[in-house]
Amino acid sequence: MEIKRGIPVSPGVAIGLALVLDNEGIRIPRRFVEDGPLDGEVARLRVALAAAAREARDNERAAADKLGKQYGAIFAAHALLIEDPHLIREVEALIREQSFAAEYAVSRVIRRHVKTLENLDREGHFASRTADLFDIEKAILRNLLGQRRELLQHLTEPVIVLAHDLTPSETAALDPKMVHAFATEAGGRASHTAIMAGVLEIPAVVGVGKFLNDVSGGDEVIVDGNRGFLILNPDDETRERYETARTTFRTFETRLGELRDLPAETRDGVRVQLLGNIEFPEEARHCLTRGAGGVGLYRTEFLYLNKQTDPTEAEHLDAYLTVLRVLGPQPVVIRTLDLGADKFATATEQVHEERNPFLGLRSVRLCLRNLTLFKTQMRAILRASAFGDVRIMFPMVSTLLELRQCKMILAEVKEDLEDEGIPFNRKIPVGTMIEVPSAAILADLFAREVQFFSIGTNDLTQYTLAADRTNEEVASLYSPGDPAVLRLIENVVRAAQRYTLDVSVCGEMSGDPIYTLLLLGMGLRQLSVTPQNIPEVKKIIRSITIEEANLIAQEAMRLDTARDVNNYLREQTRRILPEVVN
Amino acid sequence: MNGQPLRSKVRIINALGLHMRPMQGFVELASKFQSRVAVAKEGEQPVDGKSPWGLLSLRAEQGTELTLEVEGPDQQEALDALVVFLNELIKEDEEASE
Repeated sequence: MEIKRGIPVSPGVAIGLALVLDNEGIRIPRRFVEDGPLDGEVARLRVALAAAAREARDNERAAADKLGKQYGAIFAAHALLIEDPHLIREVEALIREQSFAAEYAVSRVIRRHVKTLENLDREGHFASRTADLFDIEKAILRNLLGQRRELLQHLTEPVIVLAHDLTPSETAALDPKMVHAFATEAGGRASHTAIMAGVLEIPAVVGVGKFLNDVSGGDEVIVDGNRGFLILNPDDETRERYETARTTFRTFETRLGELRDLPAETRDGVRVQLLGNIEFPEEARHCLTRGAGGVGLYRTEFLYLNKQTDPTEAEHLDAYLTVLRVLGPQPVVIRTLDLGADKFATATEQVHEERNPFLGLRSVRLCLRNLTLFKTQMRAILRASAFGDVRIMFPMVSTLLELRQCKMILAEVKEDLEDEGIPFNRKIPVGTMIEVPSAAILADLFAREVQFFSIGTNDLTQYTLAADRTNEEVASLYSPGDPAVLRLIENVVRAAQRYTLDVSVCGEMSGDPIYTLLLLGMGLRQLSVTPQNIPEVKKIIRSITIEEANLIAQEAMRLDTARDVNNYLREQTRRILPEVVN
Repeated sequence: MNGQPLRSKVRIINALGLHMRPMQGFVELASKFQSRVAVAKEGEQPVDGKSPWGLLSLRAEQGTELTLEVEGPDQQEALDALVVFLNELIKEDEEASE
């Protein structure tokens, strides 16, 4: 058994067999021989080994001819390793004694050897050797799997996906019926992949660091998305413990489901507006089933990604109306495009490679340079406002001038629609994200020019602490509980109160139950969270009085470091609702 | 030569140790002889000198001392050839630096 620690990004526990994704997409589909005699499996193994050895010999000749004899020798070594009767004996024994599928048995044996080499390799002498061994593993697996190489979309049995990293589109393509959880080596708490895991509602742990060498497809693994553990080949005791935990978690989830129709109200009767964050129109439904009071953040980037051309006004409008149809009269805050220039395949003119994209031409800065793009989206948002409670929000505004420019362009678009006789809400509420420290510091000035604020704690934290949240090396600096971030939030809330503006928090922080008490105590009455976090946050709100929350926030604001703040909040949350903090 | 195995100690001298290419050369050479070839690192179980996986598992680096044990009809020739092979690995470094 091996326990790896990562960052929990989507709650729940899953126990199952691993499906390892690597760059070549070779996947080991199953652990055991399903039916038929083991002799057949051994025969399959021998055929594959012979073919892999033949390939290595062919490579040897080709490399020797093209590059010189000593280059061919590497492949000769591969061939010898593949033909080694010791290897064949070891693999065969696993097939015959454990009924392992040939693929799994090969991977197990080779990775065991790799592990032995690596464990004794303090100075990295054998790194190139282990790379050769992985090559050999791949060559054999390729031959074993042949045409049967499995595609993620065509899974026939449930698995837990393990990968170095998953792109958002790969994550989105996962079928939650078959993929019961995933864990990745890379990634941080607020990475896009993490957000997608929440959307799919499957347990996920990211940022585990290197572990793929220690696991074979078909190994039994546990993903603990509550605490951030990935457990490889659990022992009986651990598995039992987790099976119990899984049942308890489900019961807790069911209980939370019962909260749906109860108001988000503290014990002393203070109402909190709980809204949902969504990215895809289909998610609007998740908000309703969880009892959200509307959509506090509708991200529109998906309209632009993986497209050959910019989305048309009709495409925008179609997506917005889909959401409005589901939500009826509830408010929907649509955020204008929030992407980096680097993310665009087509939309803009050729962009220069940026040395520092997070500080570069992105989000509203990019829109202000591409007025056609910006106006198209504004037109669609305005047109949608004729059909429901639509509000428009600008992301990543860092100066008042930017905000004024956005408003001016919006006024122009309104005028155009007016001239064309197209209906829209003339009083559409305009808000700005507060996610750049400059805007948080000048919140009192911004407050005079908008109808609402939404504090984007992901970027606010990243920019305040100058730490990339997706870079594992510095991710530990990144915490929304950092006193510097808290003081900025406090400043924004105070400004909003003075000018009687709506203010909400829409980063991951607002959906993390350990911060609920703090945020309420700081004066927030609006939280916009990933739909699946709504019940938990609501449960906390319903368990406390506002007085308690105020005291806890005061205490937290006195602490010096993110660690102290987080520990304190975790402790307080545990006291009130032990189930949500493990 | 009546059933008494021959032994010899050899120190690995090349910079990279017994990596893929020398391993391959050693296995191919050892396999030319009928004799059984065992290779051991100080204090460890001997491995089959004709098995590439066995040799890799030795983790023989520069400076590692290996004991060769050869037994069979052509044991003297085999041992001599293998010792020469290992001693000549240093040439690999020279080739690489040329």
